[in-house]
Amino acid sequence: MRTFDYTSPRTVDEAVRLLADHPGADVIAGGTDLVTLLRDGIRTPTHLVDVNGLGLDEVSWQPGGAVRIGALCRNAIDDPALGRAYPVLVKALRAGASPQIRNRATFGGNLLQSVRCPYFRLPEFACNRRTPGAGCAALHGDSRHHAIFGTSENCIAVHPSDCAVALLALDAHVLVQSTRGTRRIPVAELHRLPGRTPHEEHALRRDELITAVELPAGPFGAHSTYVKARDRASFAFALASAAAVVAVRGGVVRRSRICLGGVAPKPWRSTAAEEALRGRPLDDAVIEAAADAATRDAQTRPDNAYKVDLVHGVVRQALTELREQS
Amino acid sequence: MSEGTNRRTVLAGGLTVGAGLAVGSTLARTATAGTTPAPNTRRSVSLVVNGTRRRLEVDPRTSLLDALRDQVGLTGAKKGCDQGACGACTVLLNGRRVLSCLTLAVMHDGDEVTTVEGLASGDRRHPMQQAFMDLDGFQCGFCTSGQIVSAVGLLAEKPDLRRAEIPELMSGNLCRCAAYCNIRDAIATAAGLGEDG
Ligand SMILES: Cc1cc2nc3c(=O)[nH]c(=O)nc-3n(C[C@H](O)[C@H](O)[C@H](O)COP(=O)(O)OP(=O)(O)OC[C@H]3O[C@@H](n4cnc5c(N)ncnc54)[C@H](O)[C@@H]3O)c2cc1C
Ligand code: SF4
Ligand code: FES
Ligand code: FES
Repeated sequence: MRTFDYTSPRTVDEAVRLLADHPGADVIAGGTDLVTLLRDGIRTPTHLVDVNGLGLDEVSWQPGGAVRIGALCRNAIDDPALGRAYPVLVKALRAGASPQIRNRATFGGNLLQSVRCPYFRLPEFACNRRTPGAGCAALHGDSRHHAIFGTSENCIAVHPSDCAVALLALDAHVLVQSTRGTRRIPVAELHRLPGRTPHEEHALRRDELITAVELPAGPFGAHSTYVKARDRASFAFALASAAAVVAVRGGVVRRSRICLGGVAPKPWRSTAAEEALRGRPLDDAVIEAAADAATRDAQTRPDNAYKVDLVHGVVRQALTELREQS
Repeated sequence: MSEGTNRRTVLAGGLTVGAGLAVGSTLARTATAGTTPAPNTRRSVSLVVNGTRRRLEVDPRTSLLDALRDQVGLTGAKKGCDQGACGACTVLLNGRRVLSCLTLAVMHDGDEVTTVEGLASGDRRHPMQQAFMDLDGFQCGFCTSGQIVSAVGLLAEKPDLRRAEIPELMSGNLCRCAAYCNIRDAIATAAGLGEDG
């Protein structure tokens, strides 16, 4: 592990100043991802800026009913009001990692965690995401866990976050700050598809800090759920997952969000599944049609073709749960 | 065997991601791990470990786990995988269970850390330790200190714990010997839960 300078600023202004002044600096929050990346030599910052002391760990409800979750709130967050307003978020968080990891992992870090492609994490393998132009070992290797949507010939890794899938389904924004000021980025635009530049992983500029995640006011998020399929019952990344939010009025679906995890380089919105639901009653046939639609245009490889059935299954299960609740 | 060779051998046996990647690669990692501190980059950190204030000079790269084991001399927290996948390094940080291999010692100036060594009061075992002994909540014992500390953290998080919730809420602690049923029974007993509690 290369050595680095360590600083723990007390204010956001001080933190973004440090990021601006040190082009080789990395932010460290819970450290649950970054520490292993440092240890394995995947990341080699000259400075670590510890953002745990910035007071960004509050949940604040805004006058109109929206809520701001500080970037340093832990993934173990246990706020009954959040659970009522956005069940999909709390379920996705509880389905992620382990209790010990959730006690440290933060919202900001969860969104920006690195891919779990084993070749990315082992420096002896070629990886375009880690070293632009090096090639992609997964294309000729084991791609069982890899993506079936949104890939390119340069990278087929999946984004590993559960929380991000729920946040996408809730039309959340991230609030970011730098020495130039603040801006809001829709979660839908935070992560980038690999295309020809898989190393450009997200829309954040190098010196920007995530300060909070903002969820729109209810009631849309309240009728929602998260279903995750994995290799074992607990403590594993998603092979496929579905975040579903559905608004039913007058017996038919007025509005919905169907987002998938574990199957694409970013949290993946299935507008085809949403289309299949719109204006229809949430019955067996419609749920089946939406689950079919969610798998449309999947581009599989021999190792990961099984994910098509999993996507179908998690979408169907999520919608069935929501029908039973309504 | 170099670290690389060893990890490739593991990969050849089938790729797994993240949580699953742990056990095989671990052995290689543990053998070559440890930090070689550069002399002039050390930082002073004050930790309250098991109730005693300890001032340490740490390389900023040192994990909390390595600081506890190599500098404080407490080897109760184990290095099973050094990547967050096994739970053997679980400690309580300001009362909450966390993985000491996934955080840096330098980040914890002023924090309180409890390791398995800090649970007993003198010669009197902590009720969780006693329950693990009474119910055989272990076989080889390597995961046990992490299991016990994690279980103590769990009861603090959830005083209204139900027996059926224990497996999910202890899923961050793997047991290679698979003593899971007895571990669950020990935790249920320490929590005062009956068969259907
Ligand atoms: C064994 C294991 C299993 C896991 N299983 C799951 C799972 O099932 N589902 C899941 O979703 N996740 C899982 N995770 C990942 C875990 O959720 C992430 O490691 C965690 O959320 C990262 O948050 P952190 O605060 O610890 O980030 P850090 O490790 O501190 O940082 C991660 C990245 O984010 C950047 N960063 C952090 N905060 C900010 C900020 N405020 N502004 C700008 N940049 C920032 C850092 O620079 C770094 O690049 C697992 C992790 C492990 C180790
Ligand atoms: S899939 Fe992406 S992350 Fe994995 S080796 Fe290929 S380029 Fe790297
Ligand atoms: S040593 Fe395995 S989780 Fe820390
Ligand atoms: S008792 Fe051997 S690993 Fe758990």
